[in-house]
Amino acid sequence: MVSIDQYLVLSAILFSIGTFGVLTRKNAIVIFMCIELMLNAVNLTFIALSNHLGNMDGQVFVFFIMTVAAAEAAVGLALIIAFYRNRDSIAVDDFNLLKW
Amino acid sequence: MEQIYFFILAIVAIISAVLVVSCKSPINNAVALMMTFVCLANFYVMLHAPFMAAVQIMVYAGAILMLIVFVIMLLNLNTTMIQKTSHSVVGAMTLAGLVFFQLYYMFGHSSPTSIKGEITNEVVMEVGHTQLLGQAIFVDFLLPFEIASVLLLVAVVGAVVLAKRNSASVQE
Repeated sequence: MVSIDQYLVLSAILFSIGTFGVLTRKNAIVIFMCIELMLNAVNLTFIALSNHLGNMDGQVFVFFIMTVAAAEAAVGLALIIAFYRNRDSIAVDDFNLLKW
Repeated sequence: MEQIYFFILAIVAIISAVLVVSCKSPINNAVALMMTFVCLANFYVMLHAPFMAAVQIMVYAGAILMLIVFVIMLLNLNTTMIQKTSHSVVGAMTLAGLVFFQLYYMFGHSSPTSIKGEITNEVVMEVGHTQLLGQAIFVDFLLPFEIASVLLLVAVVGAVVLAKRNSASVQE
C-alpha cells in the first residue's frame, strides 16, 4: 500500500521542477508547458488527499482546474500567436510592449 | 508490488518532468510532457479515481497538448529560439529548491487528518467512480459547473478574437 506522504512528496518534486522551468526558460511555449506541469502536480495532491480523506470534493476541484487549464491553454496560445505576428519572436525577453 | 510500481512510475514521471524543463526543442518538451501526463493518469488509477485518469488522458494529453503541438508547428520556430535558453540558473535553482523544501517540510512534519469521509475505496468499487463524481458535480457543485461552462465559452470567443488576423493590416 502506497502511503499518502509519498504522493505528496512526488507532487512537491514535480511542482518545484515546474517552478524551475518557469524561472529559467525563455521560450514562451515552454514556460506555458511548465505551468501545465505545475497544475498537474497540484491535481495529484488534490486526488491523493481526496482518496485519503474519503471525500469527493477534491476530485471535483481537479475537474474545475482542468476546465480552467483548457481555457488558459486556448487563450494563452492565442496570445502567443498574436505576439508572434507582431514581433516574430516568442522569447519572453521580447515581451516588453508595456515597459517602454 | 504496488510500492514497486509506484516507484518505477514516480521515477519515469520525474525524469520526464526534468526533460520538459531541459530539452532544447519545444517538440521534445511536448512529448516529455505527454509522458508526465500518462504517468499521472496511472497514479489516478492507483488512487481509485479511474474517471479522473480518463479525463486526464483526454483533456490534457488529447486536447491541451495537441493544441500546444499545433502552435509549435504553426509558428515554425527557427534555430535562433533554441540558443540562449536560460535566465539565471543559480537563482532559479535556489528558488525552486526553497519551494521544494517548504513543501517537503510541510508534508514531512505534519500528517493529514485521519478523518474518514463516506467515500471509501470499497464504496468507489461498489457504486462506481463516475456515478459518485457525477452526483458530486451535478448536485453539490451545480453552480460552479454552470460558471465553468460560461468560462469555456468566454475562452473560446477570446481565443478567436486574439488569434484573428487584424483585418486592417491585411488590406494594406
